[in-house]
Amino acid sequence: MAEEITISINTKEYKVASDQTIMQAADKLGFHIPRLCYHPKLSIEGACRVCIVQVEGMQNYVASCSYPISDGMKIHTNTQDLRRARRDIIELILDNHPLDCHTCERDANCELQRLAASMGIHARHFEGEKKHYEKDLSSDAVIRDPDKCILCGRCVRMCSEIQQVHNLTQAYRGFSTVVMPAYNMPMGESVCTACGQCINVCPTAAFLEKNYTQDLFEKLNDPDTVKVVQFAPSVRAAIGEAFGLAPGRNMEGELVASFRKLGFDYVFDTQFAADLTIMEEASEFLERFQNNGKLPMITSCSSAWMKCMEQFYPDLIDNISTCKSPMSMQGAITKSYFAKKIGVDPKKILSVAVMCCTAKKYEASRPELIVDGMRGVDIVVTTREIAWMIKSAGIDFLNIEHEEADHPLGMSSGAGAIFGATGGVMEAAIRTAYELYTGQTLVDIEIEDIRGLQGVKEGRLEIDGQEIRVAVAHGLGNANNLLETVRKDPTRYHFIEIMGCPGGCVGGGGQPYAQVNAIPLDDVALKKRAEALYDLDRSKTIRRSHENPDIQKLYKEFLQRPLSAVSHKYLHTHYKAKMPVGIVPKTERGSGV
Amino acid sequence: MEDVQYKMMLCDGVSCIHNQSKELQSAIESELDKSGIRDAVSIHLSGCLGMCNKGPILIVNPGYTIYGGVGSEDVPEIVQSHLVEGKPVARLVIEEDHLYNRFFRIFGDVDFFGKQMRITLRNCGVIDPENIDDYLSVRGYEALAKVLCDMTPEQVVAEVKKSGLRGRGGAGFPTGLKWGFTAAQKADEKYVICNADEGDPGAFMDRSAIEGDPHTVIEGIIIGGYAVGATKGIVYIRAEYPLAIKRLEKAIEDAREHGFLGKDILGTDFSFDVEIRLGAGAFVCGEETALIHSIEGARGMPRPRPPYPSVSGLFGKPTLINNVETWANIPVIILDGGEWLSSIGTETSKGTKVFALAGKVHNTGLVEVPMGTTLREIVYDIGGGIPNGKKFKAVQTGGPSGGCLPEEYLDTQIDYESLAKAGSIMGSGGMIVIDEESCMVSLARFFIEFTQDESCGKCTPCREGTKRMLEILTRIVEGKGKAGDIEKLERLGSMIKKSSLCGLGQSAPNPVLSTIKNFREEYEEHIEQKKCRAGQCVALLSYVVNDECVGCGACKRICPTGAIEGTRKEKHLILDEKCIRCGQCYDVCKFEAINKV
Repeated sequence: MAEEITISINTKEYKVASDQTIMQAADKLGFHIPRLCYHPKLSIEGACRVCIVQVEGMQNYVASCSYPISDGMKIHTNTQDLRRARRDIIELILDNHPLDCHTCERDANCELQRLAASMGIHARHFEGEKKHYEKDLSSDAVIRDPDKCILCGRCVRMCSEIQQVHNLTQAYRGFSTVVMPAYNMPMGESVCTACGQCINVCPTAAFLEKNYTQDLFEKLNDPDTVKVVQFAPSVRAAIGEAFGLAPGRNMEGELVASFRKLGFDYVFDTQFAADLTIMEEASEFLERFQNNGKLPMITSCSSAWMKCMEQFYPDLIDNISTCKSPMSMQGAITKSYFAKKIGVDPKKILSVAVMCCTAKKYEASRPELIVDGMRGVDIVVTTREIAWMIKSAGIDFLNIEHEEADHPLGMSSGAGAIFGATGGVMEAAIRTAYELYTGQTLVDIEIEDIRGLQGVKEGRLEIDGQEIRVAVAHGLGNANNLLETVRKDPTRYHFIEIMGCPGGCVGGGGQPYAQVNAIPLDDVALKKRAEALYDLDRSKTIRRSHENPDIQKLYKEFLQRPLSAVSHKYLHTHYKAKMPVGIVPKTERGSGV
Repeated sequence: MEDVQYKMMLCDGVSCIHNQSKELQSAIESELDKSGIRDAVSIHLSGCLGMCNKGPILIVNPGYTIYGGVGSEDVPEIVQSHLVEGKPVARLVIEEDHLYNRFFRIFGDVDFFGKQMRITLRNCGVIDPENIDDYLSVRGYEALAKVLCDMTPEQVVAEVKKSGLRGRGGAGFPTGLKWGFTAAQKADEKYVICNADEGDPGAFMDRSAIEGDPHTVIEGIIIGGYAVGATKGIVYIRAEYPLAIKRLEKAIEDAREHGFLGKDILGTDFSFDVEIRLGAGAFVCGEETALIHSIEGARGMPRPRPPYPSVSGLFGKPTLINNVETWANIPVIILDGGEWLSSIGTETSKGTKVFALAGKVHNTGLVEVPMGTTLREIVYDIGGGIPNGKKFKAVQTGGPSGGCLPEEYLDTQIDYESLAKAGSIMGSGGMIVIDEESCMVSLARFFIEFTQDESCGKCTPCREGTKRMLEILTRIVEGKGKAGDIEKLERLGSMIKKSSLCGLGQSAPNPVLSTIKNFREEYEEHIEQKKCRAGQCVALLSYVVNDECVGCGACKRICPTGAIEGTRKEKHLILDEKCIRCGQCYDVCKFEAINKV
């Protein structure tokens, strides 16, 4: 237990717990020391030096993010000298920054901009050379723009500590320091999983999603195509934040209405395909379970996880469910079943997905997902992009009359909704698998063990006297930890859900930027977004995927039954081990390494 | 080897090699063959003696005759006169020996050594560094034996504390305290690191210490391991030091063979081993946390302290990290006692300090002086003053982290506090003497260019701030300085000092701030009058012909741009707009008829 000690901040004394940094203590006492490289979920970098404070008796300023308090410590956070030093530090950052705020995608959403405003920088003193690098546009999902980078290192820490992908690092020294993938490999060829978490934590616009909004606006004006949109569960749970609402508001009705106003002919819901995914995935699991198939079976909904797995866990490929993600299932059904139903050549259909995710842009371009020579999804835009489009098109999002999605691909059970929260896919699958296996309805359908933000969650349930052990991980770092366990102990689990982003899809790389004075990926916001989806589940009469009448109809009219040949053609895929360019395969390295 | 009558020590340091010591060696060998006394003489390669400007250095034992500046043409005479007839060649002798304490016994009468006191370098230039028996003959590994047999780890720490030794890497943290902190940590594993990542431009103290006497450093490290409870030592040394690495490897191997390293050292239950890790030459890796990251395989970037390495260091384990020179003090402290070391030096700084003396001074090289020696004694008594009758201007200590001290500070004593008070730092031991022909603004610019280049790029003040300081200094030396530039340098400099993450940034502005403090008028001249009094800033320089010109035409012929006009036997004229300030006319003129203005 931490003892209580006395410190003074700006000449006033306070009693505080001893095991804290100056910043932690100051935060609790209501002194918000300015900061930039600090992020509560990442290791302490101490790089930006914005959070410096004066401690009496010390010659130099100390970074409050890293310096521990001690009894009797006298801290000053706001002396004139200190304000001036901080101001000069921010000014130095600005001196090496493009300052094209008005045309920058993060204008009004930029931490540097806000910080500079709070410093009162009204003149510039040290202007000189600015760095210049080409933008890296090689990835389908994530753009890297080193000119905007202020070298706070948050992306590097996110990529290595939380995601454990280790794609990004600082390279070179001094003024030439730049963040890049190893050997300056293009993002598109690097081990980047396109999860977009670097975008989420970047205080400026050094990382952005590849923007398809102009492309989409143009195609929405094409009278010769049938414009179909689907949107992911988590989009509705977060988009309100882009319009200034507190996290956790379900904006489904507003979104559907806005899509129609933007010019979409049909508005469908990815939650429908989530139900479909459950039908296939639960059946696949039971088949493996009953016929000594490869277990544990691991989910495949998350695109970042898909790329991560192909690169880093090729030994587990046979464990991965062959089910496509809900987005890709929805796309495939749209261009087959639905096209036939409305009597339109599927090549005339523009299939758009609005996703909380940047990696879905990568997924949509995977050649493995092409059916009958067509991509299931033509354009993927993120929550951020669609929010901008709605604003740009002059749609009064907050006051618009709610509308409902179209049939037959727009209705979902409550199980489809919770896909967006970590543990949701597993919970939905259990609801259906139980009934498919036992013929009885599972009564207690809210499975608390696998909800929430704990990194790796475990659960057990009994189906017809047999124990099923499940595990859930969110964020690729947690996934890595879980899979190391699996590699050592392959029989420990039967069924595993993995989501690439912290919190699951609600924390996706395409979600709205943190609001003013909020922390990116704040746990409270993630929980509220997830809560919106659980509320949505509770509000529905149908909460099990197999009870969705439109799903039943789809099987009856088109797919026949789960895992049928038709299902396999449209709803399943395959994976192959990928060795990113520049990394030498283990076998070629020789045994000595 | 019983027939050997003479033992020749030939310095194998870089300066001596540069002065043809390798050629000298083969000349000696062939001359010995010719004279038929090859078997009577053994030839050894030694480490640096420090008298770099007198190289190549050859010592003949017995007798400790030091020859300097020996050329191959001198060899027959040395062999005939000294080795055959027993009469040293007086004209090449630097000084003969006089017998009192070990070091003075050998070198005491040489001016260069008169004011020196060699503790850490005591064996450098005296023993064959690649021969462990040589080291053993000068009480080598006796301190280790004493520690393992007669002392508890606590007693070792207490002895180091008693000595008052402070870290020689630059910051001067009390070594005994650091050892105590690390020893007090409870952990399943601890590490001991020797920081041999010497990076200051022109400094070569650590390299020479290892090249000349690697066993002393290793012995110190093993003792440190015993004191703090570590079983593994790592020497982090830059890959640009191939000879030092080679000797270190040999020494580690020999020590292992002799049972000073490895399992159950000297029959006790203490086991310890040392390995070498090579650094790629990043200056910042001399900073302890960056060095630790580098060993771990990560990018060499410092991290905020606390936690200090003594609590959480290499791989998160308690780690004792000391500089080469600090380690080299340890065997002496154990053998002669902490009290003895603390009798040398000043109130707060004990023992000796090694400096790499360079710049505009007669005797350049490596010197070890007791703390408390004045700068004047080093520059004039040991260094022999300024050559070519030029005037002393300043002495720069601490390399890129230090400051420039003008004449009025020459009587400053060498110790951590006095140097800091005067506006410089002890640093790791760089000492550059500057005469009137050096421009202080250019000097400051040189150092800030170095630190900007070597900044790890992590923290804003160092990465961005030193860049702007460099830009301002560049425009000043190019004659484009503006009013207010000095104030901007001061403002940036003091912010960078107080706000940077690590020692590199915190000290990077020192050369600039100290030259502004002590030579402000030079900055002002550059900015306001566009004038460089030292004549070093090319852009601020004009060459003009004075009345001494006899019209010989030499300058006109050599000028690469045709900027000089004039008819024979008449005064010539330099056309300023065509002149590229290459200075060739100035150098070629025999009549001192060209002025730099």
